[in-house]
Amino acid sequence: MTTLQSACLPAPAGSVPGPDALPRLLPAAAADRAGPASLREHLARHGTRPSCAGDWRRRQQLIDEVGRANLTGRGGAAFPAAVKLRALAETARPPLVVANGVEGEPASAKDKVLLGSAPHLVLDGAVCAAELTGASDVVIVAHRAVWETVREAADQRRRARCDPVPVRVRAAAAGFTAGEASAVVHWAERGIPAPTGRPPRLGGPGRRPALVQNVETLAHLALIMRHDASWFRSAGTPAEPGTRLVTLLGAVRHPGVYEVEPGMPVGDMLKLAGSDGTALGALLIGGYFGTWADAADALSLPFSAAGLAPVGASPGVGVVAAVPATACGLAETARLTRYLADSSAGQCGPCVFGLDAIARELERAAAGASCELTRVRRWLGDVTGRGACRHPDGTALMVASALRVFRAEIERHARGWCGATETVGVLPVRDQVFP
Amino acid sequence: MTRPARLAVDLIACDGRGLCAELLPGFIRLDDWGFPVISCRDVPAELHAEAAAVVLLCPRLALRLERAQGRDAGRE
Repeated sequence: MTTLQSACLPAPAGSVPGPDALPRLLPAAAADRAGPASLREHLARHGTRPSCAGDWRRRQQLIDEVGRANLTGRGGAAFPAAVKLRALAETARPPLVVANGVEGEPASAKDKVLLGSAPHLVLDGAVCAAELTGASDVVIVAHRAVWETVREAADQRRRARCDPVPVRVRAAAAGFTAGEASAVVHWAERGIPAPTGRPPRLGGPGRRPALVQNVETLAHLALIMRHDASWFRSAGTPAEPGTRLVTLLGAVRHPGVYEVEPGMPVGDMLKLAGSDGTALGALLIGGYFGTWADAADALSLPFSAAGLAPVGASPGVGVVAAVPATACGLAETARLTRYLADSSAGQCGPCVFGLDAIARELERAAAGASCELTRVRRWLGDVTGRGACRHPDGTALMVASALRVFRAEIERHARGWCGATETVGVLPVRDQVFP
Repeated sequence: MTRPARLAVDLIACDGRGLCAELLPGFIRLDDWGFPVISCRDVPAELHAEAAAVVLLCPRLALRLERAQGRDAGRE
């Protein structure tokens, strides 16, 4: 216990990585990826967590620093972290801080890898957020693959008395929609993993306001509080500074999680994962609520919101799935849409019936049966904005991009042909521990 | 002065019974699955009383008439 207490003391000077040191969040050496960084290793690498507590003015100044860093949410929506922090710092009741490490999307692994390798960085960020907003306590909701690692890390800190607020760790519920912000709060407070349709900042089911941040966002926050905004901005682009974790999968030799700077061309990113030489047909960019793009159009584009705009895509949750030219994009889309339809929380009619109808029609098209795409297009409009959460909206956007990108394939299917020469399921549709 | 009022549906509570679309045809239509789509959400002052009555008739208490207060009731 004494050794752990001393672990909370400042690390020796010079051990804090400078501005140019990348990666920032992931372990520097591949050998360190075997297990989670202990509290001691964490402190040796990053130094102690600076206190973010203080009077109203100091907290505002620190939140302004987060604003200058232009840290955006890494759970897909890219919402400015400082705006959320400020809103929650002004609530009448002390909020709850929820670190969202649910990552129910089977294609994404960044949150699991981050929690599994650097749990203390996420815990630091969650405690920083609690101090900045005057929160009374913190709950980390982590995917079941890594939640025990996070719980052990939280236990270490409790014994070392590192944190000024109580930190709970909870295993996430399974399923795609369990990671939606209001669903995470619902789960943490009431044990029900379904969206509520009410923004967590206005008071979740437990009636107190909640700050929900993705675990990667919190890890970045922990480093911004250690350094400053200009340090954070020394990576990435001026509009989208910092680094970000991406999951690369599909037709690559080493699928997995990589830490990159926004602005890196998509093709270069895929080379990190070792392009296996197969000709690529299409890319799904941003995750399952992302955008399909023709590989020929997208490979040279910078991986950033501005850079991906020409193909209508955005970094989203940082997933890039490479589908080989030999696979059928329509079949992939149909499988993915079926998975998303089946993942509906089952609360809102348009989502339950609409996504199922869209999936069924795409499955018919993929199987070579005649299908009415005009009807599918109308349904995409009909489900958009018609749920308590954005599950129907995100699914509709992905399907709409598929109808654009796979137009030729869809026409072939209508005549009973398919351009694919192999049957592969590139996109995982089952909750898995990946990679 | 009457503040503008807006129709809104709580889609978690809604069961697609369809009364609202039948009683407010100019404002609410049904989608292919029988769930209400608000085609015109602003209710003019002269129809506030009617709309409020329809709100009370919703068997699932899913229909609301919100006195607009600047901020949209919605999600993040």
